Amino acid sequence: MAIERATERLGELDGAPARPWVDAARDFVRRRPLGAVGAAVVLLMLVVALLANLLTPYNPVAVDFAAMLAPPSASHWLGTDAFGRDVLARLIYGSRTALFVGFGAAFFGATVGAVLGVGSAYFGGRVDLYVQRVMDVFLSFPLIILALAIVAILGNNLPNLITAITIPMIPRCALVIRASALSIREMPYIDAARAAGFGHGRIILRHMLPNVMAPYLILLTAFLGQAILLEASLSFLGLGVQEPTAAWGLMLRGAAVEFAEAAPWMAIFPGLAISLAVFAFNLFGDSLRDALDPRLRTQ
Amino acid sequence: MRRYAGLLTLILAVALAAPPARAQEKPRYGGELIFAVPSQPPSYDAHQEETFGVIHPVAPHYNTLLRVEPFDRTGTKPVGDLAESWTIAKDGLTYTFKIRRGVKFHDGSDMTSRDIKASYDKIIFPPPGLKSSRRTTYQAVEAVEAPDPYTVRFRLKWPESSFLLNLASPWNFIYKADILAKDMRWYERNVMGTGPFTFVEYVKGSHWVGKKNPNYWDKGKPYLDGYRALFISSSSAQVAAVRGERAHIQFRGFTPADRDSLKQALGDKITVQESPWDCVLMVAMNHTRKPFDDKRVRRALTLALDRYEASKNLSRIAIVRDVAGIQVPGTPWATPPAELEKLAGYSRDIGKSRAEAKRLLREAGVPDGFAFTFKNRGIPQPYEPIGIWLIDQWRQIGLNVKQEIVEASAYHPMLKRGDFEVAMDFACGFIVEPDLDLGRFVTSSDANYGKHQDKVIDELYQKQARAVDAEERRKYLRALEKRLLDEEVHVMYTLQWNRIIPHSSKVKGWTITPAHYLNNMLDTVWLSE
Repeated sequence: MAIERATERLGELDGAPARPWVDAARDFVRRRPLGAVGAAVVLLMLVVALLANLLTPYNPVAVDFAAMLAPPSASHWLGTDAFGRDVLARLIYGSRTALFVGFGAAFFGATVGAVLGVGSAYFGGRVDLYVQRVMDVFLSFPLIILALAIVAILGNNLPNLITAITIPMIPRCALVIRASALSIREMPYIDAARAAGFGHGRIILRHMLPNVMAPYLILLTAFLGQAILLEASLSFLGLGVQEPTAAWGLMLRGAAVEFAEAAPWMAIFPGLAISLAVFAFNLFGDSLRDALDPRLRTQ
Repeated sequence: MRRYAGLLTLILAVALAAPPARAQEKPRYGGELIFAVPSQPPSYDAHQEETFGVIHPVAPHYNTLLRVEPFDRTGTKPVGDLAESWTIAKDGLTYTFKIRRGVKFHDGSDMTSRDIKASYDKIIFPPPGLKSSRRTTYQAVEAVEAPDPYTVRFRLKWPESSFLLNLASPWNFIYKADILAKDMRWYERNVMGTGPFTFVEYVKGSHWVGKKNPNYWDKGKPYLDGYRALFISSSSAQVAAVRGERAHIQFRGFTPADRDSLKQALGDKITVQESPWDCVLMVAMNHTRKPFDDKRVRRALTLALDRYEASKNLSRIAIVRDVAGIQVPGTPWATPPAELEKLAGYSRDIGKSRAEAKRLLREAGVPDGFAFTFKNRGIPQPYEPIGIWLIDQWRQIGLNVKQEIVEASAYHPMLKRGDFEVAMDFACGFIVEPDLDLGRFVTSSDANYGKHQDKVIDELYQKQARAVDAEERRKYLRALEKRLLDEEVHVMYTLQWNRIIPHSSKVKGWTITPAHYLNNMLDTVWLSE
C-alpha cells in the first residue's frame, strides 16, 4: 500500500497525470468547449432518464381529463396534452425511450458494422467483394426509407424498432471501418501474427479491432443522434413506439398536430427536446472525432 | 295558469329553436357543388363495393327502389324513390311495389320493373364469381318478381321487420336490365342510371364530375347544374379545401379540432351539422384465450370504463360523443338512458364499478399488474384516442396493458385469424337497423371475432328479426343487449361516434344523418349563392 502511494506521489512529482481521465476531460473542455456543452447535455439526458421517477410527480401515462390541453402553469410547467397528461413528465420519461432505442441501435449498428468492415478488409478478395456489394445495396436506400421498410415487414414493437434502426447503420459503419482496417491489415504486426500461426478470429479481434476503436467511437456517437432522430421520425409516423408509452416523436403526432394552433406547447417542447438531443450528440461526436483523429489532432 | 306557464315557455323555446321550415327557403337553381371525398372508388359498382368512396361520387347518377327520407335526421324512415307506393301482405311474406312511370335512363330508355328485378337478382342471387357485398342481408328473400312493367314483388321465406328499410339501402343502385343481361360486370367501369345527374368524367386520383339530368323524372329537381367530387385523402388538405372555399363540403366527417378551426376561420360562412354516427368502436375479447374465456374478467374490463366522463371529454378531441348501447341514440330502437345505466359498465358510480371490477379479477385469479396486449387499428381517429383511454381505464383496476398498433390493411385479417387477446373491433352501418347492426354477434357470423358461442344470443337475434310487433321486438332487443353487454360481456361498446360536418353555409337542402352512406343523391341540395 505504501509502495503504491509512493509511486503515485512520484508520478505527480514527475509531472505525469495521476488521474488521466479527469485531466483528459479537463483538456477536452478547454480545447473543445462546444463539444463539452454537447457532452453536458448528453450527461444531463442520462441523469434525467435514470432519475425520471424522482424528477416528476406525474405518471406520464395517466389520463387526467380535468387538465386537458392546459397551458404551461405552476402545476404543469410545460402544459398538458389532449389527455391531460403532463408534457414535462412525458418528456422526462421520453428521454428513457430515446436513449434506450438510441444507444441500442447505435451500439449494435456500429459494432456489427465494425466487425463486418474489419472482416471484409482482413479477408479481402471475394469476401470483401461480396460483403461490399451487399453493403452497397443497403447504402443505396436512404436511412429512413430502409428503416420504414424493415419496421413494416417486422411489425412495430420496441425490439423491431431497434432492429429497423440498426440495420441501415451497419453498412455506413462497415464502410468507414473497412477503410481504416485496410491500412492496418498491411501493418507488420499483422503479418507477424499470421506468421505466428494465429487464427483469423484472434487476429481480427485482438489485433485489428482495437486499432479501429477511434473511428468506431466517433461513429457510435454520430449514430446516437441519428438513431434518436430516426426513432422520433418512426414514432411520429406511427411505426415506432406505441401509445401510451412516453416518446418524443409520439408526442408530436395525433392531437399535437390537430391542436397545433390551440395548444402549441404540445408540439414545441418535444420538438425542442429532439433538436437539443440530436444537436448535443452531434456536437459531442464532432469534437470527439477532432480529439481522436490523429491527423486533426496534429493540426 | 301558472301550471301551464312552464309548458308554454317550453313550447315557445322549441318553436324558436327549431330550424326554419324547408318550405320557407326557396331553392335556388344553378351552381356546381364541390365536395371532397377522402377515399376513391375501387370500381363504380355499388352492389359489390363497401366504401363510401363509391357512394359519394357515384350515387347522384342513380336511383334506388326506396330511399331514406332525405330530411329525417335519424335516417330510418323509408320513402319511395323509384317505388311510388307499396303494400305488405298480412303474413309479412309478400311486398308489392308500384313503380313510377316516365322514369328514363340517361340513354333515354324507359326504366321498368324488369330493371329493378335484374338489379335485385344481381344483389341477392349473384351468378358464381360475382361479388355482392350485402347478399347475406337478403337471406329472407325467396324470389323477386316483375309481374308487369310497373310492379315488383318480393316474396320472403319468413317475415323480416327490417326488410323495408333494407330496400332503402343506398348501395342498391338500379341498373339497366339489358346491360346486365349482356355483361354483369359492365357497371364496374361504366355508369348508366336514372339519377338526377349524368356522368361527365372521372379522372382517377383527381375528380369525378356529374351534370344535371335535364330529363329527371322528379320535375323541378335537381337544383344544381352539376357537381364535382375532389378526391383528397389527406384530412388536413380536406380542411384546407373547405377553409379556402375550394370545396363546399366533405360528406364523411371532420374532427372536433377541424370543426373549431374552420368555425374560427370562417365564422358564419360555415354551418356545422352534427349527429350521432352509426359507427362504433367495440372491444373484442378472445374467448379462446385465458383469462378472457372467463366472463368475470370480461365483466371487469367493461366495469372499469367511465363512459360518461369519457363522453364529456373525449368528444373535445375525438369523433366520439354519446354513451350508447347496441343502437344509435335517438333512433327508434335505441336503449333509453335509464335502462342503459343498469348494464355493467354503464353505471354512473364509477368508484363502485371499479371496486367490483377488482373483486372480480381477484375472484378469477387474475393478479394485480396482470399484463396483456391490446391490438388497435392504425388509424388516428378515433382509434388512437379511444385506445389510450381504454388502457388508462384498465390501468386503474390494476391491469398493465401494452398497445400494439396493426396497420389498417392487416387489421381485419388479424381479427379473422383470432390472433389477439383483446382487440379493437369496429362497425359502421349504412342504415340504423338492428338486423344490420347486430348480425355480427350471432355465433356463426364471420365478424364474431371473439369467437363466443351463445345460442341464447342466436335465438334472440332471430326472434327480434322476425318480430312484427314493435313492442315485442323491443323486448327481444333489450334482452339481447343485456345478454351481450352485461351477463356474458361477449363484447364491449366504447362510445358512439359523432359525425361532424362543417360545410359552407351556401349549401342548403342537405341534412345530416347517422350514416355517411346516406343522403348523397344530391337531388335536394342547392347553393344559396
